[in-house]
Amino acid sequence: MQVSYSGKKDVVALSNITVNIPRQQLTAIIGPSGCGKTTLLKALNRLHDIRDGVQVTGSIRIGGEDIHQPQHPVPELRRRVGLIAQKPYPLPASIYNNVAYGPRIHRHPSRKELDTIVERYLREAHLWDEVKNRLDDPAADLSTGQQQRLCIARTLAVEPEVILCDEVTSALDPVSSQKVEKLLLSLKERYTIVLVTHVLRQAKRLADYIIFLYLGTLIEAGPAEQIFTQPRHKKTREYVQGSMAGI
Amino acid sequence: MNRRYLTEKIYKALMLGCLAIVIGSLFMVIGITFWHGGTVLLEKPDIVITPPGPRYLLGGEGGFLHATLGSIYMVLPATICAAIMAMGIALYLQSDYSSERIAESIRTVLDALWGTPSIVYGIFVFTILVYIHQRASLFAGIIALTLLELPIITRYTDEAIQMVPRQLKESTYSMGSTRWETAKVVARYALPGATAGVLIGLGRGIGDAASVIFTSGAGSTMPSGLFSTATALPVMIFQQANSCYPSVREQAYAAACVLILVVFTLNVTSRLVTRYLSRYVPRGR
Repeated sequence: MQVSYSGKKDVVALSNITVNIPRQQLTAIIGPSGCGKTTLLKALNRLHDIRDGVQVTGSIRIGGEDIHQPQHPVPELRRRVGLIAQKPYPLPASIYNNVAYGPRIHRHPSRKELDTIVERYLREAHLWDEVKNRLDDPAADLSTGQQQRLCIARTLAVEPEVILCDEVTSALDPVSSQKVEKLLLSLKERYTIVLVTHVLRQAKRLADYIIFLYLGTLIEAGPAEQIFTQPRHKKTREYVQGSMAGI
Repeated sequence: MNRRYLTEKIYKALMLGCLAIVIGSLFMVIGITFWHGGTVLLEKPDIVITPPGPRYLLGGEGGFLHATLGSIYMVLPATICAAIMAMGIALYLQSDYSSERIAESIRTVLDALWGTPSIVYGIFVFTILVYIHQRASLFAGIIALTLLELPIITRYTDEAIQMVPRQLKESTYSMGSTRWETAKVVARYALPGATAGVLIGLGRGIGDAASVIFTSGAGSTMPSGLFSTATALPVMIFQQANSCYPSVREQAYAAACVLILVVFTLNVTSRLVTRYLSRYVPRGR
C-alpha cells in the first residue's frame, strides 16, 4: 500500500509497503525518526480518514477482509483495531468512566456488569491496586505512567483483536516503562500487537517479528531473531548494529 | 544614567499611566453610579421588586419591577437558545464535519456579525414585525437578543473547542467512536471555555438597549405574556435618566446600580463555574 500527504508539496510518506503481520505475536516496526512508522500504524485502523489531505492507496487486509470496503462501518473496525498513542490522553472524566466509555458505547451493559468490566481491565493493565479506592477521581490526577496504563485499560475494554502501540513508553520514566513492557508481554498471547519503537533494545526485548522501514520504504521484514543476528539488507545491518550515519 | 535604563523607566511610567487612566475612569463611572443609585437602593430597596404605580413616569409611586422582570424574561430564554445553537455550530466547525475553507468562511461571517451594532439587529427584527403585521412583543425582543448573543457565544465556544488536543480525538476514535460520540467528548472538554462564553454573552444581552427598544417596546407596564410589550433595564434607564422629576431620575440610577451588580456577579460566577468544570481537564495541557 502507499500513503501520501498532500499539502503545499505532495509528500509521499510511505510507498510500496507489502508485508504480512503475524497474528497473536508482537511485531515491532523500527527505523530512524521520520521514516513513516507512525503513518503505517495509523493506516491500519484508518485513522488517516479524519484528516483532510491524506490519501491511502492499496489494500490493507485484516483477517482476510479489506478494511477499506464499504460494508465495514469504520467505528467497528476501529474497535477491533485499537491504537494507543505516545502520550496518554485521558478523557475528561473520572478513572471509572474512562475505562467504562468503550463498553458503554458498544455494548450498553448494566451498572453491575460495568463494575466488573472496569475492575477486570484495570487489573489486566496492572493499575487496579493503585486506583481501586479512587475510581471517581478525575483521571487527570494520575501520574503520566498511570495515565498511560489507564489508556491501555480503556483500549482493552473494547475487546479489540489487534492493539497498535505508538512508542507507548517514550513519554514515561524507566520504572513505568518497565511496567508497560511487562504488560505488553503478558498481552501478546491473546492479542496481535504492533509496536512502533525507536528504541532498539526495547524491540529486542519484546518483539517476535520485525519490520524495518527507512525513508518511507520497507527495507526488510522477518522474525526478530533473524533480523537481529543475520540481517540480509545492508541498511538493516547498519541500523541494527547502531552504525547508521545520521542517527 | 545609562540611556537603556532610562528608556525602560519611561516606558514603564507610560504603561502605568495608561493603566491609571483606564482604572480611574472605571472607578469614576462605577463610583458615581453607586453614589447616586446606591443611596436610593439603601433607602428603599424594594423598588426593585415593586411594580410601577399610576403616573409612574410623572413622579408617581412604584418601583421598576417591570423592567427587572422584562430583562429576566428576555435575556434568559435568549441566552439558552443562543447557547444551544452556538454549541451546535461550533461542533460543526471542527475539521471532522466541515472542510477548513468552509469553516474559515463561517468564522469570518461570525466575526462580522459580532461586530455589527446591536441597533441593526433591532431594526432587522422590527422590519420583519412590520412586514408580518405584528406589534412589539417580548417574543420579538427574545429573538433580537438571541441573534445578538449568538456570534459571541459561538466564537468563544469555537475557540474552546479548537483548544482540544487532536490526539484526544484520535484516542477517542481509536476506541471505535462515531463522529457524534467523539463530538460529545470534545464538548465536555471544551465546556469550561464555552460556559465562560455563555456568561459573557448573557452580560452583553442584559446590558443592551438598542435591540430591545424597537422590538419589545419601552413602556412602563408589567410584562403580561409572550406577546405583550415589555421593557428592559437599560431602556428604562435611558428613558428615565433624562426626566425632569428627581424621583424618576433616582430610580434610573438605582436601576443602573442593579445592572452593574448583576454584571459583576456574572463575571465572578463565570470564574467559579469555569474552575469547577475544569476539574477533569488535565492541567498543563
